[in-house]
Formats: sequence, structure tokens, C-alpha cells
Amino acid sequence: MESTIVKSVDYNAYFGDNHVVKNVNIEIPRNNVIAVMGPSGCGKTTFLRGINRMHELIPGATSKGKIQLNNDDVFDMHPIFVRLKIGMVFQRPNPFPNLSIYDNVIAGYKLNGIKLPKAEKDKIVEHSLTRVALWNEVKDSLTKKGSFLSGGQQQRLCIARAVAMEPEVLLFDEPTSALDPISTSTVEELFHELKKNYTLIIVTHNMQQAARVSDKTAFFYMGELVEYDNTKQMFTNPTDIRTQNYITGRFS
Amino acid sequence: MSVHIKYRIGKSRVFQVIIALLAFACVVPLMFILFYILKAGITKINWHFLTNLPKPVGETGGGIANALLGTVLLVLTASVIAIPVGILCGIYLSENRKSRLAYWSRLCIDILQGVPSIVIGIVAYFWLVKPLGVFSALSGSVALAIMMLPTIVSSTEETLKLLPDTLREAAFALGMPFHRVILKVIIPCGFSGILSGVMLSVARVSGETAPLLFTAFGNPYLSTNILKPMQSLPLLIFNYATSPYNDWHDLAWGASCILLIWVLLLNIFTKLVTRKWKVQL
Repeated sequence: MESTIVKSVDYNAYFGDNHVVKNVNIEIPRNNVIAVMGPSGCGKTTFLRGINRMHELIPGATSKGKIQLNNDDVFDMHPIFVRLKIGMVFQRPNPFPNLSIYDNVIAGYKLNGIKLPKAEKDKIVEHSLTRVALWNEVKDSLTKKGSFLSGGQQQRLCIARAVAMEPEVLLFDEPTSALDPISTSTVEELFHELKKNYTLIIVTHNMQQAARVSDKTAFFYMGELVEYDNTKQMFTNPTDIRTQNYITGRFS
Repeated sequence: MSVHIKYRIGKSRVFQVIIALLAFACVVPLMFILFYILKAGITKINWHFLTNLPKPVGETGGGIANALLGTVLLVLTASVIAIPVGILCGIYLSENRKSRLAYWSRLCIDILQGVPSIVIGIVAYFWLVKPLGVFSALSGSVALAIMMLPTIVSSTEETLKLLPDTLREAAFALGMPFHRVILKVIIPCGFSGILSGVMLSVARVSGETAPLLFTAFGNPYLSTNILKPMQSLPLLIFNYATSPYNDWHDLAWGASCILLIWVLLLNIFTKLVTRKWKVQL
């Protein structure tokens, strides 16, 4: 039995009176890639943002229930601590435009005021950029601004920035929806590498992507977690009729 | 049919000519002012003019050193008061767009923008000059600072509002606390817009006369004590231009010219600096 790293118990999320995520119970095993899929507006992104307490930053947003990281409720921890343990990559690449590529990678340390010796920083930057397969492309232009890179490179830079903090879990909110097919496949290959060290939770619109990259898949519909199973099982033999309809393309 | 189309084409031509003429009309006043003041004032300006005190009536020569230094000190003091308050208020307004406090403070800032400068002078008079019993540069600076606030607040707010939310999210997702998100990400990214607001407000209050009339009051001697009356360029222009002496008129022309050049340079400098510091999003 694999150990569980993230677990939600009766998790509910709201925007004002709008009940967006309904009673989600899910257990996410360590060092796996979990795909979260579902039609637009089904609450998958909201659920993801609940895990590292980004949801509550939106005015009027509230939540109920528990989300546990290693059996500790994240709502008992300081959000800053939660976000250091659970990194996040967004839909659109968002490197800090005022920082160089180098500084973008160590932004989590630099902007948090954590002082590190130069050698240590160099190591983190090279290590993180290598992990996201970007080192060879940018090692000669580390002092250039992050916005100078292409979209796909920027997204990998953002992954490197999250990886540099050595979190336990990485959340991806439709990480490839703003990228071209080639960049998408580079990022997808990364997931296989990254899961050796981290647990990845990926929200995706793209069913093929879920099938390609994930070990387990969760299907959200109208705010509910309809089905959660091994990806292979889910795509070949779904138990719920709604999952079946979604996978066979009856609605999307 | 074709006559009708020709008529419409003709009408459209006339319209185009009219808007071009009116656009040109906007350029005329500035060009006229520039030409007139430079012509009358530029010959008065020399090293002696910049470094000497005004001479009493009857003696030729004399300069505007006291007014020059006074204006710099007044505007500097006003900036020290207005810039932190203005920028922090702007940050609050852009981060808490819908709060009640933001609503009221935005409303007050908008109204403040339209308050006549002489009224702000009166307020400073009652706040500082009356209780302290003496005209002072400080009270003048407070009046100028109040006049600077609306420009700084709204330019900060507008600049920061334009920054994408994804930037804040990126920072928060790295576990950064709110104050660091603001200081290390939001302000650096919006720096050029904030700076341009500050510079424009400085340019604007450099030429304010009314709020200084009964606060800084004016002073024929060189003074660096901000708790005492102080001369400034607009005050000097006001007093000397309305005097009956030709020598003093010359000083006023020269001072106008200096003031104009200073405001012009500030505006050009703002344009250059904001372009250079602009963060490519």
C-alpha cells in the first residue's frame, strides 16, 4: 500500500453563495501523477487551489472540511508554510517580469528574504533548471529577463521556480493550455521525471493528456468528485455513466 | 446618386480639416507661452541671477537665489510628506478595490483633486500657521503635499490595477507574505507608473502660488529654516510682477523662465525615465 500524502475529507468550497466544490473525499498517494479532469466550471481548479489555500485569497471565497498534508490539516497551518510545502504552476506562464531568469528560479528564497551563499544559489538554480530540462537552453542567458523566453520555456521556468523550493506536492492548473504542441509534449515528459521526487496533481481540460501522463484520474462534474480510479481503469472501464459519457465525448 | 456621394465625401473632408485645426489649436497656447516667456526671460538668466539675492528697489542687478532654494526645499518637504502617504494609499485602493474604506477614500481623493488651491492654503493656515503663530515653509509644504496627493494616489492605483492578477498569485503561491508580495513584486513591476505620477505631481506643485500666499509667505532673504517664512519662485513672480519697478519686472521674467524650464525638464525627464523603467509584462 502506497502512503497517502494529500487527503481531503468532506471538502466544500464556495464563492459567496455559489457552492462550487461539494463534499470531496480523495486520497492522493505519494509520488504519483494525479490528473483532475472535467468539463468547464466543474470545480476542479477551485479544488486544486483549495489544497494550497490559494482559494481563500479571492474575495468572498470560503471553504469547509479538511485537507490534510501528511495527516496534518492545512487549515491548522500558516498558509505561507502550506504554500512552501505545496508548490503551484499556473495556467499561463507567469515569471516575474522584473527579475532575471536566475532570480526567477530562486525567487522563492530571494523574495522571501532567505539569504543563501552564492554557491548554494548557483547549485539550486542549475539543479532546478536541469530538472525541468531548461538548463541547456538558458545557461548562457541567466541574467536576461524571464519574459525574454518563449511561452513553453517560461512555463518550464515557472515549474523550476516551484521545484526550487523543494516542495512535497506540485499543483498544476492546466499547465499546457497556453502552450503550443511541442512545448506541451516537453512539459508532459517532465511529469514523468518530476514524479520521482514529488507528487503531482494536474488539472487538465484535455482527456488525452490525462490518459497520457497520469497514474490516477479524478473526474469532477458539477462540483462533485464523480469517480476516482487508476487512469487505465478509468479510461477503459469507467463505473459511472457520467464518466463514461464524458470520456466518450457525449459532453465536454 | 453620384452627386450625393460627392457631397458626403466633401462633408467628411471638412470634418477632417476641422479636427486637425482644433488639434493644432491645442498646441498654440503652449508655444505662445514658451516663446513669450523665453524671449522676455532668457536674457535675464545668468550665473549672477541664479546665485544672488534680490537687490532693494533702486539698485540694478540682483537674483533669485532665495526663491530657487526656497522652491526646492518647499517641494522636497512636500514630497517627503506626500509620496509615502500617496503610494501607500494607492496600494490600499488597488489591493482592496471593493472595501468600504476604499470607496470613501477614492471619493475623497477625487474631490480633493478639484478643491481650489487657495482653499487648501487656508486649511494649512488654520492647521499650522495660526497654532504656531508664524508663517513657515512647513505649512506651505503641507499645503503642497495635499495638492500632490490625488495625482500620486490615482496614478499608483491605476498602475497597480493594470498588473495581472497572475503576478500576485505567482508570488503568493511561493509562500510570500502580503507585505513582501507588495514590496518585492507589485511595486517593482509598477515602478515606472508610480514614478511618473510622483514626477508629474512635483511638476504641478512647483508652480503653485495660491497655497503659499499665507503659509510660506515669502522672504526677501535666504532662509533654510523650514519653520520660518521662505521665498519661492511663484511667490517671487507674483510679488515682483505686480510691483511698479522695472528691475523687479526683469527678475519676475527671469524667474518665470526658470520655472517654465524646470517644469518642462521634469515632464521630459518623466517620459524618458518611465520608458526606461517600464517592465515588459
